[in-house]
Amino acid sequence: MGKKLLLDKIHIPGINTFEVYRKQGGYAAVEKALKSMTPDEVMEEVKKAGLRGRGGAGFPTGMKWSFLDRKSEKPRYLVCNADESEPGTFKDRYLMEHTPHTLIEGMIVSSFALGANTSYIYMRGEFRWIFPILEKAIDEAYAAGFLGKNILGTGYNLDIYVQPGGGAYICGEETALIESLEGKRGNPRLKPPFPAIHGLYGCPTVVNNVESIATVPVILNMGGEEYAKIGIGRSTGTKLISACGHINKPGVYEIELGLPVEEFLYSDEYCGGVWKGRKLKALVAGGSSVPILPANLITKTAAGEPRLMSYESLSDGGFATGTMLGSGGFIVMDETTCIVRNLWTFTRFYHHESCGQCSPCREGTGWMEKVLHRIEHGHGRMHDIDLLVDVAKKIEGNTICPLGDAAAWPVASAIRHFREDFEYHIKYPEKVKDPKHFEKEPLISQKTAEVV
Amino acid sequence: METEYKKIQFSESTLALVQRIIKRYPEGRHKSALLPILHLAQAEFGGWLSPQTMDYVASILNIKPIEVYEVASFYTMFNLEPVGKCVLEVCRTGPCWLRGADDIIQYLENKLGIKEGETTADGMFTLKVVECLASCGTAPMMQVGNNYIENLSCENMDGVLDKLRQTHQ
Repeated sequence: MGKKLLLDKIHIPGINTFEVYRKQGGYAAVEKALKSMTPDEVMEEVKKAGLRGRGGAGFPTGMKWSFLDRKSEKPRYLVCNADESEPGTFKDRYLMEHTPHTLIEGMIVSSFALGANTSYIYMRGEFRWIFPILEKAIDEAYAAGFLGKNILGTGYNLDIYVQPGGGAYICGEETALIESLEGKRGNPRLKPPFPAIHGLYGCPTVVNNVESIATVPVILNMGGEEYAKIGIGRSTGTKLISACGHINKPGVYEIELGLPVEEFLYSDEYCGGVWKGRKLKALVAGGSSVPILPANLITKTAAGEPRLMSYESLSDGGFATGTMLGSGGFIVMDETTCIVRNLWTFTRFYHHESCGQCSPCREGTGWMEKVLHRIEHGHGRMHDIDLLVDVAKKIEGNTICPLGDAAAWPVASAIRHFREDFEYHIKYPEKVKDPKHFEKEPLISQKTAEVV
Repeated sequence: METEYKKIQFSESTLALVQRIIKRYPEGRHKSALLPILHLAQAEFGGWLSPQTMDYVASILNIKPIEVYEVASFYTMFNLEPVGKCVLEVCRTGPCWLRGADDIIQYLENKLGIKEGETTADGMFTLKVVECLASCGTAPMMQVGNNYIENLSCENMDGVLDKLRQTHQ
């Protein structure tokens, strides 16, 4: 069994209640931090731990905290990003549903470290049944004296509120999230200024992912240096991976970073292998935005080294032969998958979710969706493939927020690795008119054939 | 020209909740309560946000109606047209598609005799297709009201619809 730090107690009955969570050692980190540490000391431990943002970007959490404007006289805010919307990702939902106090405890120690007296959890509105779960956990924490005025007699005050989103992927981008929390459309802001200086209500603000915040108590309990020993290299600790697609055992798994991809994909402890005894065709390793990998680059890097579940190993080879750990949304595709159709659904998603502020993204995602639709439905032209590459290139890097890049990377990588899938659609338009074309007659590429 | 409306108002318990929500934000930042209140309004006033409902929300928060319209039209959870008693929101994004979402949508269209975006003649079901709902490990799935109905298949769909018909009478 791999090491578990966040989900280690998830199977204990009643762990969603304060009573059981507390009996299992919960809220010890709050006591430790508030009674025996200064806010800066808490931040130092998080820095030493090497914790990297678990929402997708992988930016060091302690460093992000250190950017907070501490000279400002304005109130400071911690906002938890629970707007989990990246296709393939459902880990934060799992954590909040089953062990909500893990997040609340993390919110308290993180708010203390940042000097915030009011904190918000911005959760995607569709998670309607999780609102009462979190609100109950918050009420229990108030009743036990872990929230409210003068927490544990230390003089520290904190209120936490849960805010619903309205169904917009873009609000997972931190400045769009802040706009939305202010009661506006979720249009990302131009940066700088960054939220650490000018965030919620113009005040210094830190926005962190659910899993990042939930990990902070773990770090305080064991110490940053000990935490940093778990994992591999600069990928310290554990990570929640949400596995889905064509596998035998979809679900949320906590892994120690550095676990070989091969073990994660094929071992019965995790995904349990590709379903229906089929061959592997492709993997999207970290949520829909990251580059897709063909079968021959999944368990091994281009250099022939074993590929590991870590920030560095997954990105080994850059975008030419690598990908990213991203949010941990692990989407597996078997030999019958039409890469074009899958990409079309992703591109339709980004077009739907583009906020419309920047023309390269607003128009470009729509163009890519249209071109992919016509290729997939047997009306494509050979030059459409290069047209897609061209449009993707013109979106990338030319927008206020990373949604543009997120829309461009899947397109560029799908064509880089699966050009023959695209060409097949254009050469045999009659064959692809049936939406299940590759289910009946898989297009087995050399890349798939090599590894099985 | 002023439009004549029949006056609408939240129930007393909802009004009390609205007041509690507004207190979550600092003085003068009550506009932050807009999304939570729009959710309450949609639930209380027939499952959608009519212009009258949005004007009412604007009056509660003492903001301009346009500030409500521009927000309501940005977020896909808010229905700006009337919907049936039971709204089926089926996810169609990649991970759900990989596990057969297209078949589910097709089955529902045939079974209910409507296309996506439409409502059945008896006003019972509205069929919507939506983007990723973070339920990829239990795909295909759909959201109905406060709940996710997961691991759907064409085989179990009739039973699901029967149950929904009973609970949404």
